[in-house]
Amino acid sequence: MNAIEKVGEYASLMYRTITKPDRWSIFWKQYVNEVKKQGIDSLWIVVIISTFIGAVITIQMVLNTENPLLPTYSTGLATRDTLLLEFSSSIMCLILAGKVGSNIASEIGTMRITEQIDALDIMGVNSANYLILPKITAFMTIIPCLVLVSMFVGIIGGYCVGIFTDIITVHDYEVGIQYAFIPFYVTYSVIKGIVFAFIISSVSSYYGYTVKGGALEVGKSSTDAVVNSSVLILLFNVMLTKLLLT
Amino acid sequence: MIEVQNAIKTFDGNQVLKNVSAIFEAGKTNLIIGQSGSGKTVLMKSIVGIHRIDSGHILYDGRDITIMKRKQLNQLRREIGMLFQGSALFDSMTVLENVRFPLDMFSDETEDEKDRRARFCLERVELSHAVDLYPSEISGGMQKRAAIARAIVLNPKYLFCDEPNSGLDPKTSLLIDKLIQDITHEFNITTIINTHDMNSVMEIGENIIFINKGEKAWQGNSNEIYDTGCQPLEDFIFASELFKKIKHVHSSNK
Repeated sequence: MNAIEKVGEYASLMYRTITKPDRWSIFWKQYVNEVKKQGIDSLWIVVIISTFIGAVITIQMVLNTENPLLPTYSTGLATRDTLLLEFSSSIMCLILAGKVGSNIASEIGTMRITEQIDALDIMGVNSANYLILPKITAFMTIIPCLVLVSMFVGIIGGYCVGIFTDIITVHDYEVGIQYAFIPFYVTYSVIKGIVFAFIISSVSSYYGYTVKGGALEVGKSSTDAVVNSSVLILLFNVMLTKLLLT
Repeated sequence: MIEVQNAIKTFDGNQVLKNVSAIFEAGKTNLIIGQSGSGKTVLMKSIVGIHRIDSGHILYDGRDITIMKRKQLNQLRREIGMLFQGSALFDSMTVLENVRFPLDMFSDETEDEKDRRARFCLERVELSHAVDLYPSEISGGMQKRAAIARAIVLNPKYLFCDEPNSGLDPKTSLLIDKLIQDITHEFNITTIINTHDMNSVMEIGENIIFINKGEKAWQGNSNEIYDTGCQPLEDFIFASELFKKIKHVHSSNK
């Protein structure tokens, strides 16, 4: 199947997915379940990675800005902007593409090969809407929280460097993270997160939903979902940055 | 009643169904039999609407599904129950939740009424003791019975069973066959069973359609099957020594 056919198939699947649910009560039940599965269960990995990356960025900034011409607060400022502009949205979503994307693709793929999706279709249920819409909406609504948590704990990670080492003083770091703060950077990051969440959940659902064969193909579809979501995230990152920041 | 008229289906230039016509009667267990790769699964999936046939008509009590839009087809599908080869129960739901699922989706009954109906169906298939278990916690036979309960919970007019006995021991197979036949008679359902299990053919074959290389080669019932004059069918049925002996006994008694 060539790329154009795949895009067409993806668009057709999304057309079937983004419609009014057959039963709102069932949709909300699925939605809450997905928020827990994709959001709450991803919180720990977001916290761990953001804390350590925040700390590492701070240390590297100190080492790379050892210049008497640069103000002492530049480390905090650079750490904050790196986290806000790029890490907490783009890099975090690339990491979540691995966790959430593979989970979605393998779950739906397994349902496909064990005829559970056929069973839904035979019952007259819109299987795409029933299975995929709660995943997309749940991930798109929980991602702003994950992005904000990532920003917050990332900055805390840098703060810990000031507290537990003598590389940078807490005062310099505090001044840096408050200096020339542009609130739109947070909005920009959240917007990117929402777009990337749609890419991850919809592309992974597509690869799971259209799988043919057995367990081997489910594994392959899971890998394809992660790879293609990641490539699209990088592509849209450039486009959104151009659109929103220039 | 379901009527298939001149159904043709091609995959990648290979004609899998060659002008198949057949009538599946209400209140009877209609069997589609044939060797692996003969086209019987494609025929069943075409009847259900999973595959769209290239030409011909499929009529559900006069309603032609080949000209239906997706919405109309979904409406019709609410009158259909289907038992899949691998049961296709939802892994994340208990047996009771699986059986209740079609009611939750399409019925406006109260929660209590839905619960009562689901439990009644589970009782009908003798699974009252397994309501809170997950599909992975029950045997293959029990999964099949739970799938039958789910298939009949909305009082379907049409029941499809794809290889209902695959992976089951002979005794459990017999139980499943009898259960399907009893339900068919009890609720006057048009039941179509896709099988290559000869025990099923002999036990519950009230209307049998033999598909050979994509064509309907024979139609009859289990009493007529011993002397069909159709060589491919004879080769298919009497391939085993056991059935050769049964045929021999049947011929001697005549």
